[in-house]
Amino acid sequence: MFKANVKNRLLVDKIMTGVVITCTLVAIIPLLWILGTLVYGGAGALSWEFFTEEPGAIGSGVPPAIGPAIQGTIIIIGLSSLIGVPIGIMSGIYLAEFGGSWFSKQIRFFTDVFMEFPSIVLGVFAFLAIVLIVGHFSIWAGAFALSLIMFPIVARATEEALKMVPYSVREAGTALGLRKWIVTLRIIIPAAKKAILTGILLAVSRISGETAPLIMTVLGSSQFFGGFDAPIDALPLRIWRFSLQPYDEARLSGWGAALVLVLIILAIHIAVRYWFMNRRKSMGMSPRLSKVGV
Amino acid sequence: MATIITPKPASSTIVGSPINIPQKKYKMITENVNVYYGNFLAVKNISIKFPEKSVTALIGPSGCGKTTFLRCLNRMHDMTKNARVEGKVMIDDIDLYDKSIDPIYHRRKVGMVFQKPNPFPTMSIYDNVIAGVRLNGVRDRRILDEIVEDSLKMAYLWDEVKDDLKKPAIELSGGQQQRLCIARALAIQPEVLLMDEPASALDPIATQKIEETITELKKDYCIIIITHNMQQAVRVSDYTGFMYLGDLIEFRETKKLFTDPKNELTAKYVQGHFG
Amino acid sequence: MLKREFGKSRGHGPLADKIFKIAATAAGAYVLAVILVMVLQLGWESGPLWQEEGIEFIWGTDWNAVEGRESYGALPYIIGTLVTSAIAMIIAVPLSIGVAMFVLTAPKRISEPMGYMVELIAAVPSVVFGLWGLLVFRMYFKDLIEQPLHDAFGDSIFLFSGNPFGLDILSAGIILAIMIIPTISAISRETMLAVPQQQKEAAYMLGSTTWEMFRLAVFPYSKAGLVGASIMGLGRAVGETMAVTMIIGNATGFAAIPNSLFDPGQTMPSIIANEFIEASPASIHVSALIAVGLVLFLIAMAINVVAHFLVTRMLKIREGAVNN
Repeated sequence: MFKANVKNRLLVDKIMTGVVITCTLVAIIPLLWILGTLVYGGAGALSWEFFTEEPGAIGSGVPPAIGPAIQGTIIIIGLSSLIGVPIGIMSGIYLAEFGGSWFSKQIRFFTDVFMEFPSIVLGVFAFLAIVLIVGHFSIWAGAFALSLIMFPIVARATEEALKMVPYSVREAGTALGLRKWIVTLRIIIPAAKKAILTGILLAVSRISGETAPLIMTVLGSSQFFGGFDAPIDALPLRIWRFSLQPYDEARLSGWGAALVLVLIILAIHIAVRYWFMNRRKSMGMSPRLSKVGV
Repeated sequence: MATIITPKPASSTIVGSPINIPQKKYKMITENVNVYYGNFLAVKNISIKFPEKSVTALIGPSGCGKTTFLRCLNRMHDMTKNARVEGKVMIDDIDLYDKSIDPIYHRRKVGMVFQKPNPFPTMSIYDNVIAGVRLNGVRDRRILDEIVEDSLKMAYLWDEVKDDLKKPAIELSGGQQQRLCIARALAIQPEVLLMDEPASALDPIATQKIEETITELKKDYCIIIITHNMQQAVRVSDYTGFMYLGDLIEFRETKKLFTDPKNELTAKYVQGHFG
Repeated sequence: MLKREFGKSRGHGPLADKIFKIAATAAGAYVLAVILVMVLQLGWESGPLWQEEGIEFIWGTDWNAVEGRESYGALPYIIGTLVTSAIAMIIAVPLSIGVAMFVLTAPKRISEPMGYMVELIAAVPSVVFGLWGLLVFRMYFKDLIEQPLHDAFGDSIFLFSGNPFGLDILSAGIILAIMIIPTISAISRETMLAVPQQQKEAAYMLGSTTWEMFRLAVFPYSKAGLVGASIMGLGRAVGETMAVTMIIGNATGFAAIPNSLFDPGQTMPSIIANEFIEASPASIHVSALIAVGLVLFLIAMAINVVAHFLVTRMLKIREGAVNN
């Protein structure tokens, strides 16, 4: 009877192993399916003209181009980083170097919570805070909305990066009679710059795919950059617009644009992964970083 | 395993202190220094006069408060949240703990070398040596070059690195890194040099080099060194203080303390009855 | 060596450090300020709607923007959010825990790439999920699953009674499930890793199989963390916009309340995404959408606070164990 019991238990174990493997495969299949569809459906749209020209009229038989979308994405990411990165780094410095108090624990908590906020709400907020005030759709509103997504990611990555620098380095700097701001900014931050840059890149890859906050802030456009006060296009927006158009060439362009976007994001992720591989990972990784998709 | 002896109640007076040495002044004087970690009194009422241009060794078993006391001398406890320091630490006539002065400015009068070498990881040899000076605002390249050369020479490292000052500091050996840290501490032209077991992480050859460096440096600096190695204390220091459980038990000229200790506890320690 | 004076220039005095601390603290507090201002602005700008509809907005089902007969109610969208999120959770939570168990127990050569691929799902933008869901997944799903189910059980089980076009809450729920798996599985993994080694070793010593070790040692200990991980996934599902917008069918008002899995619906994020640009500022349509945003904000905030609280408590326990 004991033997039978062991047999049962081993059987159960085998079944569960199968279940668990199945779960993983089920989780991965959509990813592979999507990537396959992107390549299969979108490769045909790729061309030099696709990357550099304006979409043009619909229904002309030629897949509409995404030149302004690529340009817009680059500009918006740049502006958004300009706003979000400094705040994020300083916030990370606060958490790492001035932390420990109850107040800093709350800030860390809410920074984490804020990272998960529905981005559509951030878009509405940016609309109310900027677009309504200035009276028109504006790149700054879009950049601001995206910066709200960026800065918590950069802040937590900076905090973890600074904490990885050994305490003895701070001691050495202090013993030399250096001010805290000098020790932090001129010694500790340079020592942590690889990890901080990783956080920034991950934040960039995250916002490059964000659509919702841009809908009501930059609106989207078919033309190249026309000034900071005009609407501008972005890759995710353009993909959405393509999906709403029933023409085949629009669909083709949609796949092409999606392929480009995903390739950029994957490139950043894989580059970060190999770059970051020099440092401790898995055990030391915080859930936040893995949520961003490291 | 040696038996633990309960010491006689320690008084704050120094046993056999060199009070009347007309040809030497005192560089650093501590008065009634107490250090609390939370409610725990780690360093009890220590008053010492450190003469200039000499080496004073602090010895005692682990946990007796030597490092805690040493860190009072350049206000390193400011970095620790739970630590509280009472008493005075005077350099020349200025009390470092005086509330009206800028402590960081005066901290530059005291250089510190730590137990484990801690060069700045992203900087070259040159940048490491000069860090305390350049990051404090000095930009003139010629002055910086001169300071780097002088400091490395004083630390007995110049000849070994002079051809490649741009090399990353972490590529040096342990002993070289420690001498680099000494050079870095010297570059800010302190008046007192604190060393917390500077050779304990090093091999015997490197240790010997460090000891030679210390012997040379004491011609110009007041040096206070913590060491676990009693032979090292004998080789290198002029005066020695023995600490136990936060008290200063005895403080005398090194030769006298080791050959004729006045306190029973000191005698037991230097004879190796406990560590 | 000549004694030189330095360290007295501007920026090196004690004032500099005070300014540094203030700047850093301000940057830290920025997030609190943003949250506060956001709540206030959303509340203020949705004011006209609350004045018009009052608190009944939350359980109202109208959605009429025609001037003169304006009436708004958020209930269909709240329901839509809850239903799609529930579908997503039912699918994603078991799958995610399975993935986490796999990654924890499989040999590294397999678990690392597999685990990495699951994490990569999180890197795919929502709009790409939406595009794929709309143009590819929907077609297969509609023909291979929805239509047969409808044909077979449409009359008997209300869940399958709607006419399946593929743009419905079930499709949206499934896409959502895929998107939240990385989140739930990553945190579940951290949670299960946080179980002290002694517990796991004790189970092995008693001769248990791997599955039994999970059942006896890991799950009881990490329950709170797994719940937290799931709620974290719920938080993501609630806020997810583009993928849902593109596949849920864009119904409004009373018609947006689904009666079957194959009915179109609408969530709080999707109604905002669909209508915000077109809404006429002359009416209170915009205020209504902002009010939906406010409700979404509060719900998402509550969910995320609970989730983070549960998860950080679980991980703190781990740090205690490591220190021991």
